[in-house]
Amino acid sequence: MYARATTWWTILRICVEERLVYRGDFALGTLMRFLPFITQIFLWRAVFASRDEPDINGYTYNEMISYLLLTNISRAFSSMPGLSTSIAQLIRTGELKKYLAQPIDMIGFYLLMRVAHKLVYYIIAAAPFALVFYLCRGFFSGWPDPLTMAAFLTSLVLAFLLGYFLEATIGMVGFWFLEVSSLLFVYQLFSFFMSGQMFPLDILPEGMQKLVFALPLPYLAYFPVAVFLGKIQGAELVRGLLIEAGWVLFFIAASRFAFYHGLKRYSAFGG
Amino acid sequence: MAIIELSGLTKSYRVYQKQEGLLASVRGLFRRQYRTVEAVRSIDLQVEQGEFVAFLGPNGAGKTTTLKLLSGVIAPTGGTAHVMGHIPWKRENAYRSRFALVMGQKNQLWWDLPAQESFRLHQQIYKIEPERFDRTRDELVDLLDVRRLLKQPVRELSLGERMKMELIAALLHSPEVLFLDEPTIGLDVIAQHNIQKFLRHYQQLRKITILLTSHYMKDVAALCRRVVIIAHGRIMYDGSLSGIIDRFSNHKVITFLFADDESLPNDLARFGEVMEEQAPKIKLRVERRKAPDVLAGILAKYAVEDVSVEDPPLEDVIAEMFALTGEQAANDRDAGAIAERMA
Repeated sequence: MYARATTWWTILRICVEERLVYRGDFALGTLMRFLPFITQIFLWRAVFASRDEPDINGYTYNEMISYLLLTNISRAFSSMPGLSTSIAQLIRTGELKKYLAQPIDMIGFYLLMRVAHKLVYYIIAAAPFALVFYLCRGFFSGWPDPLTMAAFLTSLVLAFLLGYFLEATIGMVGFWFLEVSSLLFVYQLFSFFMSGQMFPLDILPEGMQKLVFALPLPYLAYFPVAVFLGKIQGAELVRGLLIEAGWVLFFIAASRFAFYHGLKRYSAFGG
Repeated sequence: MAIIELSGLTKSYRVYQKQEGLLASVRGLFRRQYRTVEAVRSIDLQVEQGEFVAFLGPNGAGKTTTLKLLSGVIAPTGGTAHVMGHIPWKRENAYRSRFALVMGQKNQLWWDLPAQESFRLHQQIYKIEPERFDRTRDELVDLLDVRRLLKQPVRELSLGERMKMELIAALLHSPEVLFLDEPTIGLDVIAQHNIQKFLRHYQQLRKITILLTSHYMKDVAALCRRVVIIAHGRIMYDGSLSGIIDRFSNHKVITFLFADDESLPNDLARFGEVMEEQAPKIKLRVERRKAPDVLAGILAKYAVEDVSVEDPPLEDVIAEMFALTGEQAANDRDAGAIAERMA
């Protein structure tokens, strides 16, 4: 147990160092991330101004803006930039060999690498995030209670794991197709709308909601924010967290399955 | 018992055949044509502990495929292999922590970090005790003389320096078996020489077993007593380097330096094939059994200042041999006949 912990710690430390090489790029990227948000504010202000009712399916203007702000936090956990493509690239270039010849589990190793990426990201992005949230504090109606906060954090950790195993599974498709970028593009397009990055999913018509909530995508952005805003509570909240955990388990299995069968195919084509 | 044992090892794989032209490409979307490549055809081989064996062969001969099989990266279509008692493609950690694979064309180190960070990572991956890690690393770093480069990001190192770091990373866990795939590819002569010197020294010191593939005859001549020649997925020759010349070349190269440095005698072509001529020097390729007669004949007839008799360069012999096996394999698809004839 202790040995394993030191292994993880070393991998984590080295990944953090590697990421810090590009810290300048990061800091700038974080601020840029909020640029589209300004247009969203104007858009929703116009939408609300043109309506007679003060809310859209239960979202007031302030709630709408705080929802959109908070999706940035969900995405900071669940988005995995470059993960699928880097896995597909490992396969295509044959660099995968080193993970096969060394006593190391590639999926686990990449997970640790992502944890490190995220830690570095949070450290560097904390200041810009705090600044934006401070400037926008007027949209919020205060902090949630400790229990909701705990559920929110749990949903974020699960969102991270879901994002990782989902995108890792997509990357494994590289065993069958050399190029995964178009598949990834389609996924990202769907994910953009159906994860709730653009708008809260519960303002969708009933039928659409049924469809979207049957997918894992809402757990990447919508779900944690809805928890934070108190839109999901009690038994529904517990059920939501369990479903989210279920999706995580599903994609852990899917990525393992794809890796196992992918390696067989890799072998059949000479590696 | 042999440390590496291959018996009937066979690997064929499918490659997608892309047809020329747009129409054919579209057709390829629906029905793909595959060609089966037999990369390794029933190879039998035994390597004893402490041997340093070279795999020679033209591109696509099956050398790298054999190393991939032995390191467990791919599984065979037939036959068996045991390395230190393990079946490689089961990829047990107990096996994977006892060997190392170094590929000259692939980078295992972290590009943006100093090499010592990659070493630390290997310490964890291979669970090396801290004291042993420090000792091994220091020893390797000194042997390869790279201490001053340890803190430099790998991307800033030269190709030769990077290769040294790759070797250190691969040897930190003191593997008992080492697979080297083209370790000196792309290196300049000095860097090649340094790597060779290191490998020879390290192998003698630790008595580990090394399998090496290389295109550079110098590597092989410097390092390996035993040479396995693979062509068309089969073993064509297994023995000493000098044995190749005895077996596959029945020529000698004789060089004469004549006393008259203005012009060369004009009847030399009847003694043998003229390989080079630049007065007063001429190089003749002569059948081995005729060599004494040619020597006697020319020495009796002309004033000769200097003479040397040599074996033809190994590269030429092997190139000739590959050309021969290539032709024959093209003639009869069954390369087995050749293998038997030559082995």
